[in-house]
Amino acid sequence: MAELITYRDAVARALAQEMEHDPSVYFIGEDVAAAGGVFKATKGLLEEFGPERVRDTPISEEAILGAAMGAAMTGLRPVAEIMFSDFLATCWDLVAVEIPKSRYMTDGQVSLPLVIRTANGGGLRFGAQHSQAVENWAMAIPGLKVVAPSNPRDVIGLLAAAIRDPDPVVFFEQKSLYPSKGEVPDGEIVDTLGVASTVHSGSDVTIVALASMVPRAVAAAEELEGLGISAEVIDLRCLVPLDTATVVESVKRTSRLVTVEENPRLCGWGAEIVSIVAEECFWHLDGPLTRVTTPHIPLPSADALEDAFLPSVSRIVEAAQKVVQ
Amino acid sequence: MSTTELETTPREMSDADHTSLGLYEQVVRIRTFEERAYRLFMEGLVKGTSHLSLGMEAIAAGFGAAMRRDDYTFCTYRGHAHTLARGTPMAGVMGELLGRASGVCGGKGGSMHLTSVEHGVMGSYAIIGAHLPIANGAAWSAQARGSGQVAVCFFGDGTTNIGAFHEALNLAKVWNLPVVFVCENNLYMEYTAIGEVTAVEHPAADRASAYGLESIIVDGNDPDAVYAVATTAIDRARAGGGPSLIEAKTYRHGGHSRADPGQYRPEEEVAAWMQRDPVPTYRARLLGAGIDEALLTAIEQRAQADVDAATEQARAALPPDLQAAYTNVWADGGSSWRN
Repeated sequence: MAELITYRDAVARALAQEMEHDPSVYFIGEDVAAAGGVFKATKGLLEEFGPERVRDTPISEEAILGAAMGAAMTGLRPVAEIMFSDFLATCWDLVAVEIPKSRYMTDGQVSLPLVIRTANGGGLRFGAQHSQAVENWAMAIPGLKVVAPSNPRDVIGLLAAAIRDPDPVVFFEQKSLYPSKGEVPDGEIVDTLGVASTVHSGSDVTIVALASMVPRAVAAAEELEGLGISAEVIDLRCLVPLDTATVVESVKRTSRLVTVEENPRLCGWGAEIVSIVAEECFWHLDGPLTRVTTPHIPLPSADALEDAFLPSVSRIVEAAQKVVQ
Repeated sequence: MSTTELETTPREMSDADHTSLGLYEQVVRIRTFEERAYRLFMEGLVKGTSHLSLGMEAIAAGFGAAMRRDDYTFCTYRGHAHTLARGTPMAGVMGELLGRASGVCGGKGGSMHLTSVEHGVMGSYAIIGAHLPIANGAAWSAQARGSGQVAVCFFGDGTTNIGAFHEALNLAKVWNLPVVFVCENNLYMEYTAIGEVTAVEHPAADRASAYGLESIIVDGNDPDAVYAVATTAIDRARAGGGPSLIEAKTYRHGGHSRADPGQYRPEEEVAAWMQRDPVPTYRARLLGAGIDEALLTAIEQRAQADVDAATEQARAALPPDLQAAYTNVWADGGSSWRN
């Protein structure tokens, strides 16, 4: 049996699944308990698990992540919500300097099984301070795992895997995907981190995408079929650990690569993929390695501007046509 | 007189004597260790930087004595004293300062990141303010697990002006966490007098009321006074009475770090505080209370011998294997980020 649920409801279902599975899982954040989250992604958890395990915090991002870190070091498996990924900048010391380095600096004395959930990316016309796609920030920090699901089923499987993982995970939920629906099987779902998924098979070009760029890449692949181009679409699902094997194997078959990133151009994750493919697939390549990204600008608010500059289906189609010809 | 001889001639001692001698032993051990660390730095054996607690030993000693074995210590880059005060072996601490594989962190932490989880030392944090919210987390976990553990978090006066201090105190109060925040006010934030950059006279105590906490100031150079205030705050936290904020007034004998001779401090001020050096003043107090001087001398000799042995062990230890740089990024022990 399977049911059709939203990406938003999948978040609550994953948290409930894991809180039921493990009594050491606790969940904290701003407006997450009584209000059920500003995106309503955590509705019902307070009622189901009580105020000890589902706890509202003040607007204090450092206090939130500090609490999660100290608790993770001492026996809990906390999930902390940072409402918008833009706000990671207010607690970046915890994200980049404390949480990922503690195990290393103590030579393994400390474990940090914690998850930072955060709403990432554009599409809701919130302007440049509530719409950034910052998954590449987290990817640049040794010691952080980075996950970004593209559909409701993966939200459950990957969030469960993140919570069960013994290392700190930043879990990017793409906020424009919250209302999107997908089929989810009954029962417990737990995936493995670091396993990409080939969501559309093809032989002419490999398109690598993440989160909200995945449905766009798939739509592009369908359009490309009509143009006589067979595109393979890989949903990376995780940036760390990175499933390079799936990408390299695919590019060796198709001999062409297009990456589709929501983050701004410079030092986006696609550059890392391109660099790996350039080194490891060089003798198999038949076209320029190409990146489709948001331009290197803060994301503007107006719908006309936002729609024009986030990677669109037509830009992906164009890029694929260009590398195949 | 040797330790063995002392042990054969036990003196009738009260519980208070035991506590006092324990406190004296701790301040002497820390003093002796820190003086050695300074010397090794001058010899080029301790690399990087080091922030010593010379002059500030009584705070670590008083709290260390008041804490339960499974309580949590969170301290700063000026953390040698707090790490030792929880019983972490000197050799491991010295090894870490010298960058040896035998260090408590295998040489990957260094002077500013001493950690010994088995002794309750949950880390030395080198970013001002960072560990106050983290100490809250350990306290929250203790509360959730019903373990009765208390987290004690030490920081300097400069920390009271950073956001994390305020976020942490507010959350600690709102969640009624078993955490004790201890401001070691040595009057200087790095090179600048704290009074010049702080809106209130007492950087921690004057902020306590903003978080519904009692304003507490203690003489941080008096081991007995620190022990008393620590015991009260820790007991209260353990009993579910919530957090405390304690400001311990003290003074560092040297500069902020090894690069700083501390010349921005008026001579008279330094001289006045040297009169209040916790080691000789506490020694005099114990003698005045009728404690046998031989007991104190034995403590001093033992500390010297332990520091000598720790130094020898650390000097003889090997540097970390180069492969160690690739270990313990992840829980699987490795550093791999791709397949």
